[in-house]
Amino acid sequence: MDQDRRTFLGQTGKLLVLTASAAIAWEHVLAGRPEEAPNYRATDHWWGMAVDIEKCIGCGTCVRACKTENDVPHEAFTFRTWVERYVVDPADYEHPKVESPNGGYDGFHEREVRDPNLKMFYVPKLCNHCAHSPCVQVCPVGATFESQDGVVLVDKSYCLGCRYCVQACPYGCRFIDPRTHTVDKCSLCYHRITKGLTTACCETCPTGARVLADLKDKNDPIHAFLREHKVQVLKPQMATGSKMYYNGLDGSVR
Amino acid sequence: MKPRASDYVHLVRMAGLFAVGITAFLVLRWLMVPADFGELGHYRTGAVPDNMARPIVYAGQAVCVECHADVAELRARGKHVRVACESCHGALAAHASNPDGQKPVRPDPRRTCISCHSANISKPKSFPQVVPEEHAPEGSCAACHAVHNPKIS
Amino acid sequence: MPGVEGFIYPNELELQWSVLIVLYPFITGLVAGAFILASLERVFNVQAVKPTYRLALLTALAFLLVAPLPLQLHLGHPERSLEMYLTPHTQSAMAMFGFVYLWYLMVVLVLEIWLDYRRDIVLKWRASTGISRLLYGAMALWSDNISESALKLDDRLGRALTVIGIPSAFLLHGYVGFIFGSIKANPWWSTPLMPIVFLFSAIVSGIACILLLYFVTCWLRRVPVDMPCVDTIAKYLYYAFLVDFSLEMLDLIHRLYEADESFRALDFMVKTRLFTSQIVLQIVLGTLVPLALLGLSQLVTFREKTRRALYVLAGSLTLMGIFAMRWNVVIGGQLFSKSFLGYTTYKMEFATREGLLPAIVLMILPFVILGVLIRLLPPWGHGEGDRGTHAQG
Repeated sequence: MDQDRRTFLGQTGKLLVLTASAAIAWEHVLAGRPEEAPNYRATDHWWGMAVDIEKCIGCGTCVRACKTENDVPHEAFTFRTWVERYVVDPADYEHPKVESPNGGYDGFHEREVRDPNLKMFYVPKLCNHCAHSPCVQVCPVGATFESQDGVVLVDKSYCLGCRYCVQACPYGCRFIDPRTHTVDKCSLCYHRITKGLTTACCETCPTGARVLADLKDKNDPIHAFLREHKVQVLKPQMATGSKMYYNGLDGSVR
Repeated sequence: MKPRASDYVHLVRMAGLFAVGITAFLVLRWLMVPADFGELGHYRTGAVPDNMARPIVYAGQAVCVECHADVAELRARGKHVRVACESCHGALAAHASNPDGQKPVRPDPRRTCISCHSANISKPKSFPQVVPEEHAPEGSCAACHAVHNPKIS
Repeated sequence: MPGVEGFIYPNELELQWSVLIVLYPFITGLVAGAFILASLERVFNVQAVKPTYRLALLTALAFLLVAPLPLQLHLGHPERSLEMYLTPHTQSAMAMFGFVYLWYLMVVLVLEIWLDYRRDIVLKWRASTGISRLLYGAMALWSDNISESALKLDDRLGRALTVIGIPSAFLLHGYVGFIFGSIKANPWWSTPLMPIVFLFSAIVSGIACILLLYFVTCWLRRVPVDMPCVDTIAKYLYYAFLVDFSLEMLDLIHRLYEADESFRALDFMVKTRLFTSQIVLQIVLGTLVPLALLGLSQLVTFREKTRRALYVLAGSLTLMGIFAMRWNVVIGGQLFSKSFLGYTTYKMEFATREGLLPAIVLMILPFVILGVLIRLLPPWGHGEGDRGTHAQG
């Protein structure tokens, strides 16, 4: 089935524009000097992500891409992002069966019992880059902080490895890197987004279930996403100011 | 018996010790705290460029398209229009910066497709999925489906 | 996954805080409790406990010196630990605790011990030779004024320090409670009662520790136990324990009644993985039995020998119970997943940096230091009363 001409032209046009700017940016990426990258002003951005549960197929490409891009240890059971599978029996709503085999790195096997009465879906998870972050609040030395563009980052040369922030995170997204003995977590691919690229997970998600969002950009599709969908954040009762907005997040999700 | 000045001597010396300790602490602080600490918030400003300085491993599809516009064009006409190159081909920044020296490995023409399209009752019903053993017990998916613009044939 | 039951977030497989972090509140608790006992005499003039005054202060110092060591062993980068003092994050309870600790060590304990012992230090300085002479001279800050007016000054200042010291002791261990109690992500920890529960259990453990140490030191010195002293200490132990028990019951009843989203997961954990340490060791053997023994001794007048045995048993069980309480808070708080759908296991190793062996060594170390302190600054030596400087006149 062919796309109609309008869509085709639109897609090609977008690609050409992207290509031109990418060509310029790429040289600076290769040069490795962020200061020379097209002027990145942190205060012009406010980063978040739109996650669409209805599109997630649990393929685990995002988990693999993140581990590759960010050099996350494979042997230690640590993840910057992971995917959970929920199996909810509508009769026992408060007690879903959840699993995340190797964080979803190898995808999910087909279930042995295929009961059509059960509700099933996948939930990709990552650091929520909270605007009122409890992990930043408890760090005793200032080794984790929220940047001016809304990304919660870790200063690896300053972190003591006291693990207080790991205890304070309600979402379980932090871990200790066994190689550096400091804390590590999703950095929203800060080294990519500040150079005009998208995160590794968003780049490789085949269905567009994960899309990076710049809330300060009025042309960003996030605004339409938030307006047109019933959107929720994880653990809203914690009032963390999470900026990962989920469409289709079922009430049984923990 | 009112206390005389000489009765305070030991207290003054103790106070002096404390003063020395506090001064030493302040000097240590001045010497050791990084100069850029606290400018933007309670953190070392240099941590921001430190986080920016990681190597790029995934090139991003805009870069692939620079050389492989023909494939992109083909893809734009089909169902895989929104699937990025590196979703299937893996990380390609090394190849993009050294196209002839760093040749990427061709993705497995069966396992790569199966990783998304194998049927699973937990996947959204609208997503195209097949049971690999029933659909095609062996062989490459590319034999029937043109992977960049998959047709049902 | 081995040791996992149900679903946990992938990063929750291994516990973050080990037995060393259990030791830390236990040790600081003993400090606060020992100091409160000492202040009973100093500020509230409970004369009966005077024989334990100096012993309690030295014990507090010995334990406080060891307190940072489990933390240093636990840190991923102990060489960076000074950052907590150089760039403390004022919103972080852990950072501010560093200053509370420093204040308590330097201003409250060290100053008070110095002021109380100064006369003895100067006398020893005058009487010794060689290295001892240097040491005592330095401790006296080379001032040998122990005239009555100087000692009276010391006494007044010491008394003021103890008055400041009591809220400081409350702050010391209340803060440790707040470090846990302020973590909204963890429902086992997050409660406004946590600082108060920690504080009262600290007082209980400190009093029990001094009680036992007093028995041990009397036995080592082959000196008869001052019965009015231990009777009074046991009485205060009983009262403190009643308050502590009530607070913990209040927390439990509140949880059972409100039964919020975390309740089912926590309840299951207590009944299975935490059964031995919480129900058996902490509640039954560590709280109910000592409470019954102490309560009985308040109602019925037993013979001296019986009372002594009772107090030793109650004191020992109490210490075990308070240690179990710290274990249940720290380890228990990490055994369940924040998804409330699963549990993991604590794999305590033996001879690693955060294993059982260093924990045992760190528990023995304060007694070694106490031994040295007792040698340097004997808590007794003026005959009965052992009052120290402030008893003169």
